[in-house]
Amino acid sequence: MWRRRGWRAFARHDDEGILDDQGTLHDDTNMLTGAIIAGVVFGLYYTLVGLGLNLVFGVMRIVNLAHGDFLMLGGIAAWFLFTSLGLHPLVSAGLVVVVFVLIGLPIYYLVVPRLLRSRDSEMLSLILFFGVSQMIEAVTTIGLGSTERSLPPRLLGVGPVILFGTRLPKAWIFSAIASAVAVLLVYLYLYRTRLGTLTRAVMVSRDEALATGIDVNFVSAVAFGISLALAGVAGVFAPFILGSITPNMGVAINITAFAVIVVGTLGNPLGTLLGGIIYGVSLMLMQTYLSSWANLLPNLLLIAVLLVRPEGIFGRKVRRA
Amino acid sequence: MPDTGAEARAKLVRRVILDTSIAAVVVIGMGVARGVYSNELMLFNFVMFLALAQGLNIIYGFTGYLPFGYVGFYGAGAYGFSLVVMHLHASALVGMAAAAVAALVLAVILLPLLRLSGAYFAIASMAAAQAVYEVVANPDLENITKGPYGVSLSDVFAPAFSYYIALAILAFTLLLVVWLRNSRFGMSLQAIRDDSVSAAMAGVSVVRGRTIAWLLSALVAGLVGGVFAWHISVFYPDTAFDLNISIFATVFLLFGGATTLCGPLLGVFILYGIYNVIGIAVPQYFEFTYGALIVLLVLFLPNGLVSLLTNRGIRVP
Repeated sequence: MWRRRGWRAFARHDDEGILDDQGTLHDDTNMLTGAIIAGVVFGLYYTLVGLGLNLVFGVMRIVNLAHGDFLMLGGIAAWFLFTSLGLHPLVSAGLVVVVFVLIGLPIYYLVVPRLLRSRDSEMLSLILFFGVSQMIEAVTTIGLGSTERSLPPRLLGVGPVILFGTRLPKAWIFSAIASAVAVLLVYLYLYRTRLGTLTRAVMVSRDEALATGIDVNFVSAVAFGISLALAGVAGVFAPFILGSITPNMGVAINITAFAVIVVGTLGNPLGTLLGGIIYGVSLMLMQTYLSSWANLLPNLLLIAVLLVRPEGIFGRKVRRA
Repeated sequence: MPDTGAEARAKLVRRVILDTSIAAVVVIGMGVARGVYSNELMLFNFVMFLALAQGLNIIYGFTGYLPFGYVGFYGAGAYGFSLVVMHLHASALVGMAAAAVAALVLAVILLPLLRLSGAYFAIASMAAAQAVYEVVANPDLENITKGPYGVSLSDVFAPAFSYYIALAILAFTLLLVVWLRNSRFGMSLQAIRDDSVSAAMAGVSVVRGRTIAWLLSALVAGLVGGVFAWHISVFYPDTAFDLNISIFATVFLLFGGATTLCGPLLGVFILYGIYNVIGIAVPQYFEFTYGALIVLLVLFLPNGLVSLLTNRGIRVP
């Protein structure tokens, strides 16, 4: 249940240009820029993976430990819509957004208000959403079995794209652009709409927002729905970036998402972009130069940032860690 | 009317006798069960989870830190045992000592995590456990740890002896909890958990208290991991660092009720019992059930089964 798949194949992305017959390196700069560019591309995707988790933390001060499982459900939905109806992933992404927002609202009202009244809601949220995560995983495994599912990459275009001399599959570029659009839309929502402004008010202080007459529960419910939708969209593109979808991928995704948002400041959705890119670039550097140790990275990055700078890179000293 | 010194002491002695006899009944019961019931592996797993749930109780129940990565110490113990037995051809008891040392060393390395609190501590400890797993299971270290291909310790295989050692570890753990529940040190830990600033002002050494609880808790998991390696004798890093071990222990503890002696015992006997009836055949049904159970528990009974009694003012050992 810890394994990540599909990334390793990537480290060999450029082997014709980099490795000679003996398998030794002869073009270090090319390899370095290659890793950095691929890192930024992956980083945009990881931003999408972490963004929803961070939005929920920022607004409700709870950790949705089932985030990775909602991502998995998004991927399963895309797989199902493609194999049964032949829907293009972009169409599926649109559907997933609508459906996941609608799923998010009742889940919020069922669980979160009661949770927030408890003695230590942040801690208990971990355990509670862990239970939700187990239920999702179990139902998915019972319904679909535990096999890996993937989508053909050609759906998002054939052939490589050459970016600053690095060849990348079109599907990656596509997923990165889609992630960037999603991040931009969240920015526009938070800073250009009325509901977004109210959301930021709740982030600053839930109690004061309540006292000003803001319908805190509704604002939070919408944020929760958006968060699930973001996870779902990330799931739609997961087959192209991570290689495949399995019912038990949630835990590994959660650690990654948590590393991303802790690096990029908890509770600051835009910091997630920086966290995602730092994470993506360091992951690609690790996979290029130390590939068998690359899976250590999210864990070590997470521990290091929590210990050295728990408030994150953009953070002010607002939270007690 | 407040107790006089002598009355208070008599009351304390009665409590300790009651707690100790509960511990004794459980340990002796699990020992007798081995002679009566033939599925030794299942009984061994019960003993393991009884000890793990109590080990987690030491750190969570008494200090409020919930390490999601508790399995890291268990895995460290299992590999501490295996490395010494494989490479130094040491006896199993030396291996058990190595398991304890491995878990304690890891706990000391992770001491800075205690600076974090709540969710941050839980997640960071989970990341730490996974980091240890990634190192142990790394194919580059195949010569040392056998990497992802697993360990085989047939030389020291001794199912009966290792079962009784596991019982001894369970007894040790239960006595630790009895001691914490009835000693000045245990009280001071609970004071730190409830309000660390006030406790510090009352002269309680916060850092020392938390450190000791953390090390004891890690020691229990390391010993259990070591005896697991010994009893099973063939296993993979995926089994020794299976996150489900942390999760089971956590759910059993929370279901029964932390800080008590009976709570985690009840949690293991009830939930792990159900698991053995319905879960083995189709683990997903159990996974779904305990997922739902966790959600309901957190929402409606956040202090566990025993809180049904404690909320009515009845003291539960």
